[in-house]
Parts: sequence; structure tokens; C-alpha cells
Amino acid sequence: METRHKILVLDDDADWLKLSSEMLTHLPSKPEIRTVASGARALALMETEPFRLLICDLKMPRIDGLQVLAIVRRRFPELRTVVLSALEDEEFRSRAYALGVDLFWLKTEMQRNLQMYLDCLESLLGRENDGGFRGIQSKSLMDIIQMECLSRSSTVLRLTRGALVAKLWIQDGELIDAEAEGTRGETAFRRILAWKSGTFENLPAEPNREHTITKSVNALLLESAQAMDETANPVEPESVEEAGHRKTIWKLALLTRENAEFVVAVPAEGQGEVEALGTQSVQPLADWTRRAVEVARRLGEHIEAGPLSHLGGHNLERQMLVLPREDKSFLLGWPPNVEAGPLLEKSKKLVASWDS
Amino acid sequence: MGFLKKLFRFRSRAVVQQLPSGSIAVDREGNVVTSTVSSAYSRDLLRAIGRDVLALFHEAREAQIPLAEVNIHFVSLHITARELRGGAVIFLFPQTALSPLPT
Repeated sequence: METRHKILVLDDDADWLKLSSEMLTHLPSKPEIRTVASGARALALMETEPFRLLICDLKMPRIDGLQVLAIVRRRFPELRTVVLSALEDEEFRSRAYALGVDLFWLKTEMQRNLQMYLDCLESLLGRENDGGFRGIQSKSLMDIIQMECLSRSSTVLRLTRGALVAKLWIQDGELIDAEAEGTRGETAFRRILAWKSGTFENLPAEPNREHTITKSVNALLLESAQAMDETANPVEPESVEEAGHRKTIWKLALLTRENAEFVVAVPAEGQGEVEALGTQSVQPLADWTRRAVEVARRLGEHIEAGPLSHLGGHNLERQMLVLPREDKSFLLGWPPNVEAGPLLEKSKKLVASWDS
Repeated sequence: MGFLKKLFRFRSRAVVQQLPSGSIAVDREGNVVTSTVSSAYSRDLLRAIGRDVLALFHEAREAQIPLAEVNIHFVSLHITARELRGGAVIFLFPQTALSPLPT
């Protein structure tokens, strides 16, 4: 008789547990679902019953998700683990992957990507327990791609760097397609390889994906390595002025491509110069950005509303969005007709590209 | 015996502050004129919200970028404020895991 896999869902939110259980009943393998509201209870249950998969929240009272995962990794190395969190923070994502979790998923993405989430879970449940190591850290992207190709894997690598997301489709160890920053194929692959850091996760393979890359992965990696080497050691040293000019042209092109009106990068007081493109009123805008971030952060602390994510405003002529960061804040001006939802995503993407 | 109890007797419990939900209208001085926020929520904190929101509108005018609407997104609270004859109408939306994506 075929045994049903067991899934344990750990979350301190009772409503979410109920909703999560309902969602998991849609999995094709019809696993048995158990729910618990505390880390201690989850660990006790895992001692007595064998589970195939643990779905764990991060922010919980007493024992938080990362603590539970650290214990689980030590006591139950065979258990597949999924983090389901509302915390949109790259640091938590990196820490979770460093603990060897198989998947990190945002609760806020659930509404859009429920089917993909369920596919990933089904794939994890179905994966044979054939050992292996998890929790790769400090490996270059080239190493990761080579490992996937050498092991003749079929997978989709989803790579994240700040707000930028890219995907690599690998089928039977061959790289068949790439997608990054609005480009596809070899161009996208080269762009991805230029990323210095980020996180990655494996999604289920898509065998019917269209082939846009015909070269072998080794040839592509070699070409990219040569290009990076030439960039790092230019034959003729470029003057600082020329390099600055080239950078400005590139940033202007970026601004035009994204249809933004202006960008003002405002470092913390006394930490450097304001950098701006597309506007003449640099200083007043920089002053307002600094002041607005200061007022909003103070208010957030006062009313205990958590860290400031972003702030914005609009009038009849334009929309503005401020993305605060530790080292500097960015003020972006957009035409009034851009929708509010994509505006945040577009702004984050622009800022991530701006600094890369 | 019992000396640990003596040590920890006066340790106060952390108080979880409730987040405001609803809307308020503030006049140009920052006084709360009307409110649909629960009366259990501190009036002083509501005044602080009104005062800081008005400051954002004011600073924007000073910088020659007058704004009709201001949005502040904290991790657990979103604030939307519309300028109204020098004052403002302010909407407060606490965020949960199941809230729609921030806009």
C-alpha cells in the first residue's frame, strides 16, 4: 500500500494555519497535513512522528523560525524544509538558505503564485531521499551552474539580487534559456553572470521551455569569464573622466528605458555628494528626501509601526517615491500615469541597477 | 529561598501596542478634528501622526513640490494622507500577512 507523506505546518497565526491546510489539500499526492502553533510543539511532534516536509514561519514568539530550522537541520537532516514568511528581507532569505532550507517563499506572493508554490511542494515531496548536501554558501554563480550541468540536472534556477530576479532553464544538463532584466537568451545569461552576489533557489523543471541558447554552457562560461577579465584589466586604461561619462550615459539610458522622470540619490548627511539625473532642482529635492525619511522613521519608532519600507506622494504632474536605505536614500520621479503597484517594483529595479 | 522571585518581582511585562486602524481628519494646526480610530488608541499618538503627516506636506511645499497625497509604508502599517485645505484626511491600514501587496 502506498503511504501518504506527512507535512507539518508551523505558524503562530491560527488563521494562516487553517488557510495553509486548505491550500495543501490541493496537492496531487494528497499528503497528510498536521499543524502546530509553536516551535517547541513542532519539535516534540517531529520526535514522535516521521514527517517528509516542514513548512515553517519565521517570525514567532519564544522560539522563532530560524531557531527551529537550526535544530531541525541538526536533528532531522533528511527532512525537507520550506520557509513561508511575510518578511520581505534579503537577509532573512540568505540566512534561511544558509540553514539549508529547500525553499523560501513569501506569503505576500502566495496570491499571485499559488500554483507554482504547490508545484514546488509537490516536487519536494516527490524527490527521492538520495542524500546529498544542502546549504551552499559562498559559491560563485559559475560554480552553481557548472554543478547543475555536470550532474545532468533538469531544473529552473531562480536567482535574486535585491529587487532583480532572473531565471535559468537547465534541461538534462544543458542550458536552454535565460531571462533577466527584460532580456532573454545569451544576453540575459551574460547579464546574470555579471551579478556579484545574490541568492538562488531550484524550481521544478520546465521541459517544454523554448530553446533560446544553442551554445554549450562551457563555451558561454568561458566567453563571460574572458569578458569579465578584460573589464577587470582593460588593455588601455580609461581616464576617470571617460569612465564617469560612460557611467552617466548608461544611467541616463536606464532612466529613459524605465520611463522615469528623475532619480536623486541622497547619501546620509556628510557621507558623500548627492547624485541626480533628470532634474535641475537637485538640492531642494535632496533636502526634502532627507527630511521626509527622518520624519517618517521617527514617526515609525514613535507609533511602533516597524521599519520604514518606502514613502511616496503625488500631485497632478508627477508621482514620487522614496526608497530609504542605510547608506543612502533614493527619490524617484515618475509620470502620473504609471500605476502604483508596478511603480514600487520598477523603482526597486531601477535602484538595484543604478548601484550595480 | 525564593530570592529569585524577589529579584524578578518588579520586572514589568512588555506591552504590545495596538496599531491604529481607521481614518482621522486633522486641521492645519495638527488637531484631530474627527476620527474613526478606536478610542482605546492613544490620542497623543494620533496627534503625532497628524503632526508628522502635515510636516511632510509642509516640507514638500517648501521644496517647491506641493503634494496632494502622501503615502508612508511601514512594515506593519500603511498611512495614506490627502491634503485638505491645509489640514489632511489620514487613512491608517495595519498590515497582516494576508494583506494585499504594498502599492
